[in-house]
Amino acid sequence: MKGRELSLSVLSWTAFLVVLFSVGGLITFLAVRGFPAINTKLFFGDTPAWDAILAVRPVWNGIWPAVAGTMSLLLLTMVIVLVPGISCGVYLACFASPREKEYIGECVDVLAGIPSIVMGLFGLELIIILRRTFLPNGTTCLLLAALCLAILVIPALVTATRSSIEALPRQLTITADALGMSRAQTVRYLLIPSASSGILGGVILSMGRAMEDTAVIMLTGAVANAGLPAGLASKFEALPFKIYYTAAQYTGQEELMRGFGTALLLLILSWTMILIANVLQKRLKNKWHGN
Amino acid sequence: MALSVSAILGTVIAFILVSGIEALVRGQGLSLFGSVWNPNAGRFGILTMIQCSVLLALSSLCLSWCLSLGCCCMMNGLAPKFIAKFLMTILTLMTAIPTVVYGFAAVFLLVPIIRDALGGTGFCWLTASMILALQGVPTMTFIMDGAVRSIAEETKITASALGMTSLQHLSRIVLPIASKSMLSAAILGLGRTVGDALIPTMLAGNAIRFAMSPLDSMRTLTAHISLVLSSDIGGGEHLSLLLAGALLLTFCALISIISRRLVRRKTS
Repeated sequence: MKGRELSLSVLSWTAFLVVLFSVGGLITFLAVRGFPAINTKLFFGDTPAWDAILAVRPVWNGIWPAVAGTMSLLLLTMVIVLVPGISCGVYLACFASPREKEYIGECVDVLAGIPSIVMGLFGLELIIILRRTFLPNGTTCLLLAALCLAILVIPALVTATRSSIEALPRQLTITADALGMSRAQTVRYLLIPSASSGILGGVILSMGRAMEDTAVIMLTGAVANAGLPAGLASKFEALPFKIYYTAAQYTGQEELMRGFGTALLLLILSWTMILIANVLQKRLKNKWHGN
Repeated sequence: MALSVSAILGTVIAFILVSGIEALVRGQGLSLFGSVWNPNAGRFGILTMIQCSVLLALSSLCLSWCLSLGCCCMMNGLAPKFIAKFLMTILTLMTAIPTVVYGFAAVFLLVPIIRDALGGTGFCWLTASMILALQGVPTMTFIMDGAVRSIAEETKITASALGMTSLQHLSRIVLPIASKSMLSAAILGLGRTVGDALIPTMLAGNAIRFAMSPLDSMRTLTAHISLVLSSDIGGGEHLSLLLAGALLLTFCALISIISRRLVRRKTS
């Protein structure tokens, strides 16, 4: 082996081992410390589980409020983002002229590159301006956070929808044209249903992104102790913010253990999501392009 | 409907930029671009944070680019198939690790290690750039892998007809052709490392001063935004936030546009 080949293989093996051991180390550490903490006490503290879920009694030393906060945040974000995201992707894939594709594609790319903390700052500024004009009592809240998260994840959804549809074989469109279907009919009855598993995968991926993002919500209304989210205009707790807060401000061993449990839980949740999304997108690929 | 996306983009960008410019105009006397941060004296300079952002991003990018290049070569013929597959799985799982989880695990694992081995508090430039590099590996590897894989497939038969081993094929033919993708991977990686807020906030210590050694505590622009939750709206601290936001936005938008141009020139 000459020098160049030798150094390339040394670099590669080193990189492989470094990545393997550092990620492996971090995850193992987290699993070992966090696994014992995952039980019903982590979620509900000393409150009986059903009382907590039905919101009969508040939970003081568990992460149930954060779980509920994250779930409502996700739900709200998805309600806001689904229609514009998917229809923009469909439009780009099926109706847009090359110039529009170029222009809107560029917009989506730029939007995707905006750091999430800047999106949080945007939300904060938005509410400040609203307070000055026609919402004097407005404050950072669940709805604002969901709105900013929606803007943050929209590019992911658009790109996933667009590429799922564009990956369909061209024969589908040609056959539909030959059968005399109009463009709108083809899209509505043929392309969207055919690409549905890929689109669903994209939805789940963007849910994952919305779930793990911390920078946006810490500027737009997440707080450490809010109880269950009380409404669209209230402050809320969220899992990633809880983890962030614990790392900086934990006061005792028990709180630290809860932090590890929460981190492990969030990790497992996001892995589950990406696995489901991968399976769905692979299914789409196998369906149309064989194995 | 599709127009809505461009409308959203326009709103966000205009909003942040206008606030940034407004901050500059209103904040004249506060020396926002200065190097002194002293709220008591009415000086809100963010130059130190710009320097820290640049240093942290470049250092972690170097590390992360080398790691990604290595991982990419491992997946394209350098390693046995099962290792390549294994690495692919790991990288896919890594894309889904939340940033805050990286930060959390590093606070309790890496920080003590650095503190015991090298002294200081452990919350420093070095710690943050290591974790930031690790976090950037999967995305960059996938970009490189896409390019390298397709080039390798095209040239494979010719190369083996010439009697090249797969290692020679990779290092003499594929990598030189793929150099542009390596560049665009680096540029995209740069945008993401500059924009990341949590890891610097959690791991870099956040002291406002120029960072001189890897063990110095530093505060980046992003960390500055996430830390200053001042209630005095319109005051100097708030204006410095707006300026920091506008700078970050401009930089990241430029990055996206440049990398798009690169990709387009390659395909045309």
